[in-house]
Amino acid sequence: MALRGVLRLGEISIRVLDLADARKHYVDRMGLIEVMSDDAEQKIYCKAWDEHDHHSIVLREADEAGLDYVAFKVYDDQTLTDLEPKIQAFGLEVSRVDAGVYPKSGRRLEFILPSGHRMQLFAEKEQIGNTLGTRNPGVMPDEGVIRGFRINRLDHCLLGGPNIDESARLFREVFDFDLSERIEDEESRDSLALFLTCSTKPHDVAFVFQPEAGRFHHVSFLLESATDVIYAADMIGKYRIPVDVGPNRHGVTRGNTIYFFDPSGNRNEVFSGGYVHYPDTPTLTWDTSQMGPAQFSQDNIPRESFLNVMT
Amino acid sequence: MQYWVHLDELELDFACHPGQSVLDCMIGSGKKGIQVGCRGGGCGVCKVEVIEGDYIARPMSKAHIDNDAIADRQVLACCITPKSDLSLKVVGKINKPIQRKGKQA
Repeated sequence: MALRGVLRLGEISIRVLDLADARKHYVDRMGLIEVMSDDAEQKIYCKAWDEHDHHSIVLREADEAGLDYVAFKVYDDQTLTDLEPKIQAFGLEVSRVDAGVYPKSGRRLEFILPSGHRMQLFAEKEQIGNTLGTRNPGVMPDEGVIRGFRINRLDHCLLGGPNIDESARLFREVFDFDLSERIEDEESRDSLALFLTCSTKPHDVAFVFQPEAGRFHHVSFLLESATDVIYAADMIGKYRIPVDVGPNRHGVTRGNTIYFFDPSGNRNEVFSGGYVHYPDTPTLTWDTSQMGPAQFSQDNIPRESFLNVMT
Repeated sequence: MQYWVHLDELELDFACHPGQSVLDCMIGSGKKGIQVGCRGGGCGVCKVEVIEGDYIARPMSKAHIDNDAIADRQVLACCITPKSDLSLKVVGKINKPIQRKGKQA
């Protein structure tokens, strides 16, 4: 597979209850790099060190926590042109957002997923690099560039809502994602969680069933190694950041993981590892008879809070 | 100065220390009763009604605590610090659409 079409989760906008608290968490503690702020709109824009695009995380102060939107980056402008009628043919209303409405960004397409989440696609965003340059770049940025939880990049998100089969069908049929894994009810076979990839990663986006539309389960950031997951866990403990699930491994995706919450209750994950997915890799299915091993494979204990607490 | 938090229906009592949220104090005391979720005012599962007593609240998500709830003295236990002894009633819960169905379900 040559990776064209939809490339990755390129930007996520999260609502926070207090921007100063959010900055302390995401920038001071986690080590994301603040690249821009907008006092009028009460937003800050951040990136992880090894991302070339100008920003990938937008934090907006609001009176509710949760997700504003997810935006996926596509290969080029022609991809946007090609996708627009396909999204409409799927049955969603698509609105066009002019270049520059979202800072440093080219034009966007926007629509609401069947699960109730606002999603955008964009092809262009200003690139500011990862500090190493692009000619004889070396491998190590200057001291202080990699700090906090040593996050390399934004990786994926998990969204909660109804109609997750329909949201997954959009990603598979229109955006060419593969269904890498699935959690289903052991008797009814109803989908409880669906994991989708557009790359060689186990997932780029996932959906979990929730009766209420548009809920936000977590945003996840990639670390270099399982050792760095443990290092992050020590930092999380040091700063008394609320932990949902301490260091463990997921059965689904095989990632080494820790889950914690930002000061507004939005769930964050830092993780490393996982298997390599190709388009001919078969879909892996778990059912509710094995929720422990599916969720957390080192102690095989399902967490009540994990799939049901969200913003 | 510490205050006591009391939940009548759960026969639950624990002490609350200055500067700590009611939920953190319950967790710190090793006791259970109020559901523990995000601990940041975002998910709503630790919603309680304050039957008696005074408190200071930090911002809570309007999705779970709107103006009507505030008027009814409903708050999130993770976001309030007592200014007196408190008597509380549990309102929130964790919905569980995803779990293995038991015979009684």
